Amino acid sequence: MKLALSGNEAAAYAMKHINPDVVPAFPITPQTEIMHNFAGFVADGEVDTEMILVESEHSAMSAAVGAASAGARVMTATSANGLALMFEIVYIAASTRLPIVMTVVNRALSGPINIHCDHSDSMGCRDSGWIQIYSENAQEVYDNIIIGMKLAEDMKIRLPVMVCQDGFITSHSIDVVEPLEPETVKNFIGEHKAIYPLLDVENPVTYGPLDLYDYYFEHKRQQVDAMWYVKPTLRQIFADFSKISGRAYDIIEKYFVDDADQVIVTMSSTAGTAKAEVDELRKKGQKAGLLKIKLFRPFPYEEVSEALKNAKHIAVLDRSLSFGADAPLYSEIKSALYNQNKKICSYVFGLGGRDINLEDIKKVFSEIQKLDNTCHDIRFIGLRD
Amino acid sequence: MIELTIIGRGGQGAKTAAQLLAEAAMETGKYVQSFPEYGPERAGAPVKAFTRIDDSLVRVHCAVNNPDIVGVTDPTLLKAVNVTEGLKQSGILVVNTEDSPEAIKKKLNFNGKVFTLDATRISIDTVGKNLPNMPILGAILKATDIVPLDILREMVRHKFEKKIGKDLTDKNILAIEEGHKEVKNA
Amino acid sequence: MPEPSWKEIPTGGLIVKPGNADNYKTGGWRTYRPIRDPNKCTNCLLCFIYCPDSAIKVKDGKISHIDYDHCKGCLICEKECPVKAISHKSETEIKE
Repeated sequence: MKLALSGNEAAAYAMKHINPDVVPAFPITPQTEIMHNFAGFVADGEVDTEMILVESEHSAMSAAVGAASAGARVMTATSANGLALMFEIVYIAASTRLPIVMTVVNRALSGPINIHCDHSDSMGCRDSGWIQIYSENAQEVYDNIIIGMKLAEDMKIRLPVMVCQDGFITSHSIDVVEPLEPETVKNFIGEHKAIYPLLDVENPVTYGPLDLYDYYFEHKRQQVDAMWYVKPTLRQIFADFSKISGRAYDIIEKYFVDDADQVIVTMSSTAGTAKAEVDELRKKGQKAGLLKIKLFRPFPYEEVSEALKNAKHIAVLDRSLSFGADAPLYSEIKSALYNQNKKICSYVFGLGGRDINLEDIKKVFSEIQKLDNTCHDIRFIGLRD
Repeated sequence: MIELTIIGRGGQGAKTAAQLLAEAAMETGKYVQSFPEYGPERAGAPVKAFTRIDDSLVRVHCAVNNPDIVGVTDPTLLKAVNVTEGLKQSGILVVNTEDSPEAIKKKLNFNGKVFTLDATRISIDTVGKNLPNMPILGAILKATDIVPLDILREMVRHKFEKKIGKDLTDKNILAIEEGHKEVKNA
Repeated sequence: MPEPSWKEIPTGGLIVKPGNADNYKTGGWRTYRPIRDPNKCTNCLLCFIYCPDSAIKVKDGKISHIDYDHCKGCLICEKECPVKAISHKSETEIKE
């Protein structure tokens, strides 16, 4: 059944269908609606969740870590400054190998204070050890959360997953979403199997002990190993998911990329806008293509390298900056292409929610045709010069 | 793809109107998108809300800059906002005003189709408050045929009855019908 | 014994075998050894309560011995003993 849902409502629906044991939450724009909706499901008895209304995001993630250690299936959500406040415990969740699923509604980090979309919040957590999946629209938000839950709980992985969506652009926009039957979701994700739950008092264990130079390094190596399993496991989950939903996904999405001369690489809602412009340019005969990165951590280097092997000119569109260095997505794409002699250029757009429209995308496709060498400067889309 | 912008003042229900239109269009099997322009909005400030309707999945996620249809929920906005900015030459403008469509056409120097109605009076007569979004919705349906009136009526009933009760829902539906009936065009 | 590889240890830094603090012999940290005089001791058990390392061992309500594998020699027991039944000696004077 098709429903008109915002990205936030889609996230709340996914949580409802997953029916997690514990959801600790603290409100922050533009995430608040998710928990607002989910609290309604809790109050109406539509889920069995214990919802914990905590006093800060640091506490929200701490409670998530505690509940997941106790053996619960745990979900939460946040944005921007909330994620920043969680930061310390975000790392602890990953290194303690707790399969928490958190929706991050991407919003610019202060300051100056801004509530609109860019990816500076989740990009700041890209080295935290969480898996990161970015969603193009509300349907993907719903699907990615369910897929993310199954991925997080895979016995070889056991890592937390961040499912990102664009603040306001996706989170507050009504879109057509086709949720699955709750029973289908329940069977798909299966029963939560806790490993060494703290509540198993017959078999006491210690979580979070002091871990110095004699063991810490080994534990980090294990996290590296767990990330290795993500790509093959996620591919299998995508395949299984398409059987129950009819929706086929991959860790990268190629839209007219194979024969394209000019390719834009980007993530989230902007990928949709870029697809629409690719359609327009294709009608006019320009071989334009769009490569959408869905899985950002772990990063799909081989897949990107293979996908872009025929591209002549590449523009990487980042919605965040790394001051004094390459923008995050550009840095990864350049790295993926290090042994290919490609003409590639870094574009930064949409900071603090600045709109990016079809004209902007068209201009990028036109500009990069003239690239003759690797472009060393960042180009800014929609900036007043 | 049909793109629509509703220009209103914060609190007049522009967002709700745009969203209702999208949801009603979805009921007819269309793909839709609807979102407001979020700023530091407060009651009375000019706001915009957008709706896209298409036969296939709406993929663009940018603001609507060149709408096919513009609805204006408050006559004073004509002075505050350039309401025809970006509106297609052949576009449709629906305005809450006591003026005639011809007068608005002349005033705005706009050559597309113009529809007018006194949505403020209609809403005061029906709902009892200046909530012009419902009559404007009725007028937009009359002006464009994008959604059948009875589907919108059902959508309003479905969404509002639990929230605001049967009486007030009936009044809102009446406001839509009156807007649909009274709108004039040129 | 060589330390295990990253492939052999529990993930997440968990300690999954409880009670293993017992295996860590902290007795080697000791400079002064507390020595109890059983003739003076009234078995009031104050030393048992105060000992931060649970090194005062009790059996059937009476002190049986001091666990020198874990006693760090802080001498809190000596300070707290109300009947001066505990004294100390430097470890250098102790001949095993």
